[in-house]
Amino acid sequence: MNQRLINLIIIFIILGLSIWIIIPDNPGIKIGDFERNLDTILGLDLQGGLQVLLETDLPEDSNFDPQSLMDAKLILENRSNALGVSEVLFQVAGNNRIVGEFPGLTNTEEVIKVLKQTGQLEFVDFGDVILEPGTKINTDIGLDKTETTPVETTSGGESQPAEDKIWPTVMTGNHIKSVGVTTNEFGQFIIQFELDDEGAGIFKEYTTNNVGKILAIVLDKMVISTPRIEDAITDGSGIITGNFTYDSANSLAVQLRYGSLPIPLKVAESRVIGPTLGQDSLQKSLLAGVIGLIIVALFMIVYYRVPGIVAVFSIIIYGLVTFALFKFIPVTMTLPAIAGFLLSTGGALDANILIIERLKEELRSGKSVKNSVFLGWKRAWPSIRDSNAATIITSAILFWFASAYGASIVKGFAVTLAIGVIISLLSATLVSRTFLGIVMDWIKPSDVDKMVGL
Amino acid sequence: MLNILGKRYFFFGLSLLLILPGMLILLFSGIPLAIDFTGGSFLDLKFSDSTVPQPAQVITLLNGLGLTDVQVSSTTDNTLIIRTTFLNEEKRSEVLNTLKDQIDPDLVVQRFDSVGPTIGAEVAQRAALAVGLAALGVVLYIFFAFRGVAHSLRYGICAILAELHDVLVIISIIAIGAKFFGWQVDSLFLTALLTIIGFSVQDTIVVFDRIRENSNIYKKLDFETLVNHSIVQTLMRSINTQLMTSEFLLLSLVLIGGVTLREFSFILLIGLLMGTYSSIFIAAPILVVWENKEWKYWFRGKRQTTT
Repeated sequence: MNQRLINLIIIFIILGLSIWIIIPDNPGIKIGDFERNLDTILGLDLQGGLQVLLETDLPEDSNFDPQSLMDAKLILENRSNALGVSEVLFQVAGNNRIVGEFPGLTNTEEVIKVLKQTGQLEFVDFGDVILEPGTKINTDIGLDKTETTPVETTSGGESQPAEDKIWPTVMTGNHIKSVGVTTNEFGQFIIQFELDDEGAGIFKEYTTNNVGKILAIVLDKMVISTPRIEDAITDGSGIITGNFTYDSANSLAVQLRYGSLPIPLKVAESRVIGPTLGQDSLQKSLLAGVIGLIIVALFMIVYYRVPGIVAVFSIIIYGLVTFALFKFIPVTMTLPAIAGFLLSTGGALDANILIIERLKEELRSGKSVKNSVFLGWKRAWPSIRDSNAATIITSAILFWFASAYGASIVKGFAVTLAIGVIISLLSATLVSRTFLGIVMDWIKPSDVDKMVGL
Repeated sequence: MLNILGKRYFFFGLSLLLILPGMLILLFSGIPLAIDFTGGSFLDLKFSDSTVPQPAQVITLLNGLGLTDVQVSSTTDNTLIIRTTFLNEEKRSEVLNTLKDQIDPDLVVQRFDSVGPTIGAEVAQRAALAVGLAALGVVLYIFFAFRGVAHSLRYGICAILAELHDVLVIISIIAIGAKFFGWQVDSLFLTALLTIIGFSVQDTIVVFDRIRENSNIYKKLDFETLVNHSIVQTLMRSINTQLMTSEFLLLSLVLIGGVTLREFSFILLIGLLMGTYSSIFIAAPILVVWENKEWKYWFRGKRQTTT
């Protein structure tokens, strides 16, 4: 009885946590650096949007540093900020691809254009003017050089140019030789750069003649910082300060280092998944799923009586906990992911059915209720364990393989299946067993036949 | 007691009957693969009421842009589906602009997919390899978990044979669907297949577990009777699990779920049914066939049957 009490407490703590995670207006979790907003993330196939698959545009047997793919991903993330949608997701897929997902977008051309834009750094002569970081400005670069990307298309249009004034550019980022992130004496993150010889020359000449003036650092026509020239810089190195976190400093450094992508990428695949496939399908299918589940619950209760009620209860807990985990991790809900969840729900049902069928067998052979509950569980367990273990092995191999080669369908399926199976094992050992024991204790021995449906 | 094993060759024949037609279709006309696997472009356009063009008109227009392999089909709701070879970015905008200029400036792009020729095939190949590896993992696990009974490796191999059976039946059903209802194999199919494979093995192990348990209890019983007994003992569970997981849940999806999921749910429904079917009528019987080494009698006209 003592063990049962402990189990009950554990069950209700887990259940409480899960329900708290699931309630729709959950404020999210924030403990120190750990943050989760606990939204349900719908995959593109469910909510519609655009998917672009980029592939390295290199000869097949050429080697490149895997890090450069990660850098490219970082740059792409920065570039796509200009699109103004919040849930853009980039993932490195396999060893030569990056998948970008743009929920709610359908304009392929626009997205691809933004992805191809390069970050252009300029050192701009501001004279004595200081503008807020983030201000959009015009410079004389791009007016006389035709190869520069027109900025208007990528500005996102949220902030107007501060003035119509065209600022003179002293030098572009093309002269930057190396970039690094470090901290200054105040512990702030700064970006340190070194210029090539030509750049060092330009810098030296300009800073010597303009001590006390503002030399703004501008990326893609947006002011990053407006440092004052304290001294002539003669050694061709300098720093950029700004309100940086490590991540923002690093991503800017990466962008400066390459200007363009570290490796050439081409669009290998792009698909627009229309809202028709998403919305209509999702709602009807959800309804269908709910109806199906209600029928399952009714059948369980009618056929298996009291143990059936326990099973339904156990499945509901399994469902709540699993779904809460999906929100917590978070797992992107795609169709394959739902299929994996469905399959593990089948497994959870099966575990309960196995236990109940075994219980009935033991009761039929004339054993006492207490003994039957114990033996029913004991005999059902090896089959539950081994069948689920095989499924876990399968999903582990699928997951590992899919991650290595970037088959996102397979990966989504494997993740939810594995989580679902593990939770269903827990719910069978903890919830079904505990509650079956408690409930069967309540039943009078004379009523057992009726309550169990022998 | 119900004698399921006695009719094992009947059920083997039944399975063959399910598998063969699809395999023949596959052999002679192939299964149409969606662009997920072949590469190409798929364009789903919705026109305003009065402007829906004739397919021929669109084909001529696109031929004018230098696209040769163009298929256009019209569906309901003013919608046209255009299939063609892989279009790069420039070609895509060229196609859209032309259609907007020439036919309907307000046309809505419901879907525009371009898939490079190699990607889908690659994903499919790798998924197949992963499934193969997973099957090997399962064989090894069963070999280990059943180490207490004689010939434990057989159990693993039979579970995978049953899984293979389910996959073949599904491919056959899809080939038939493709031939007669215009189905296309896309990446959803891959998802369905993975689900079916997972279920198949899980279900088989439950039946095998009963054989494992019984072979420790009834040591004297001959193997065929033992297996038959185990199947009958787990029958209620097999039927009920099957009813709940697939019939109730998936049937409602097939009947009222979104159109896009209907095919998927149907394939899943058949596949899960096969998962249960094959545990009882394929996996366990093959164990018996193996134990009796029945192939020795296959071509001698007389079959050894035990009662």
